[in-house]
Amino acid sequence: MNLKETNRSAAVVGAGMTLFASRLQETGKEMTWEAAKMALDQAGLTLADIDAVILGTAPDAFDGVHKKGEWLLDGAGGVGKPYMRVYTGGGTAVMAPIAGWWHVASGMYDKVLVLCEEKMSSVQPHAQSAFGHIWDPILDRPLKPNLVWIFSMEMQRYMHKYDVSYEDIASVAVKNKRNAVGHPCAQLADPDITLEDVINSEPMALPVRRLDISPPSDGASAVVIVRGDMAHDLTEIPVFIDGVGWCIDTTMWTNRDLAFPEFVVKAAKMAYDMAGIDNPKKEIDVAEPYDPFDYKEVQHLEALGLFEPGEAARATREGKTQRDGELPVCPSGGLLGVGNPIAATLGIKVGELFWQLSGQAGVRQVKKDIRTGVTQAWGDLMQFSSVLVMRRH
Amino acid sequence: MAEQTKEYRATLKPEGVRGKSIRKDELREVPHVTSRPNAKYAWAAGVAMSRFLDELKEGRIVGRKCRKCARVLVPPRMFCERCYRQTDEWVELPGTAVIETFAVSYLDTDANRIKEPILVGVVDLDGAPPHCGFMHYFDEMSPDEIHIGMPVEAVWKPKEERDGAITDIRYFRPRRK
Repeated sequence: MNLKETNRSAAVVGAGMTLFASRLQETGKEMTWEAAKMALDQAGLTLADIDAVILGTAPDAFDGVHKKGEWLLDGAGGVGKPYMRVYTGGGTAVMAPIAGWWHVASGMYDKVLVLCEEKMSSVQPHAQSAFGHIWDPILDRPLKPNLVWIFSMEMQRYMHKYDVSYEDIASVAVKNKRNAVGHPCAQLADPDITLEDVINSEPMALPVRRLDISPPSDGASAVVIVRGDMAHDLTEIPVFIDGVGWCIDTTMWTNRDLAFPEFVVKAAKMAYDMAGIDNPKKEIDVAEPYDPFDYKEVQHLEALGLFEPGEAARATREGKTQRDGELPVCPSGGLLGVGNPIAATLGIKVGELFWQLSGQAGVRQVKKDIRTGVTQAWGDLMQFSSVLVMRRH
Repeated sequence: MAEQTKEYRATLKPEGVRGKSIRKDELREVPHVTSRPNAKYAWAAGVAMSRFLDELKEGRIVGRKCRKCARVLVPPRMFCERCYRQTDEWVELPGTAVIETFAVSYLDTDANRIKEPILVGVVDLDGAPPHCGFMHYFDEMSPDEIHIGMPVEAVWKPKEERDGAITDIRYFRPRRK
């Protein structure tokens, strides 16, 4: 891999997102249009300025239509332009902007619009009915699985291997749902939530309880990525994409080490190498790891090299990852607080780092000086991770 | 920098957010369209899995050995995805295992709540290196007893009821041998 010699630098100059809610009246096309308009407005651009469009969206089964890329095209602003869909499950949230990055860094395009959309409420009676199609039809589906099982099994294995307490992990949910209070798009913000609330919430598939899980959601998000040398003309403080990485493990999930996601380590190494980061613990100022479950935030923080394996949960309980802590983690409120419209979490991962690093996060703004952030998403059959390092130059 | 950009920055607040949230019951009231796709599939099990399913019918668990990485691939495949070479031979495993991990589920497949929890997890099969196994149910143990590392054994359906499926094993129970 030749990570240090891409053609060009690329920067984010605008971001936008819709409300995240369990059910939106808007169609997917209407949501993508609204998110795109916000991002373009913030960049001071119109669609005519955009050279190419990337659309990220997860399973077709949520919508019951094939080829969701084409289904959403008109709302995404891709008509008459080079246009492509990116789909790596939950990992789409960071993979779609990575695709946006390579469109620019390759030298092919100057200005690219990246959209991510998810409408999970259309499928009845519950998004789980669509998730059922993820499982292997021969080995897994005859056992009538629920997708929560797989996360529960991972969490159990993680807690066992590293001797991590459930209470320490649950403190992630408390932090993120409280952080989300400042987010105008949030679905599950709760200023009063306590550790007891999470610990005593309804058992789903133990050790996973209801408040350990981010909610299914509808929403759309967008970012505008442009050539680095154009960025300062478009916005006061552009945020540069200095490192990208991604990696996928085997689909044979029962053959994986469920306690520790080595593929996240590999994706992070690629992004850190490219960004010239040798010691992430010292060089990363803010993190937005993927947190669809509270245990995933800590597992991801460890795989991203920000904590030693097994230590992130206790650090969370000790307050080290609070917005005003040593390493602010998920200052957006994350998926646990703002909501989990799979691909559309772009807005609380890459979007949030853009707003944070450019000083535009309002009441969510991390107070200390932050220059370098890492964000990460995770998906497919819990096997894929995308990582992005963002910097204010 | 365009003037509208500055204005927008001041309005990343609720009034600047787009989207109308609706309740579940409201979905029935707003204009909407419903449909139920009628799609049926018949998946060929493939070369490796067909043999695996045939052996299950006989009450045996088999894997494919890769001599290069010394793994016994269960679920079996005709190639090793790590070494990227053809696997070498079929290996019969004893049908005993330890619990690699588990969940105590109060959710059924459609996320309906259930009173009696399903015990489910991954088995780490004896006769194969770590991380060679599959998902299955556990029974004849309580949610308090189940734990990682617990020795278990397969409980099979009666031979005449087996049809060459993963469910030919009913569940794994605490090992008695």
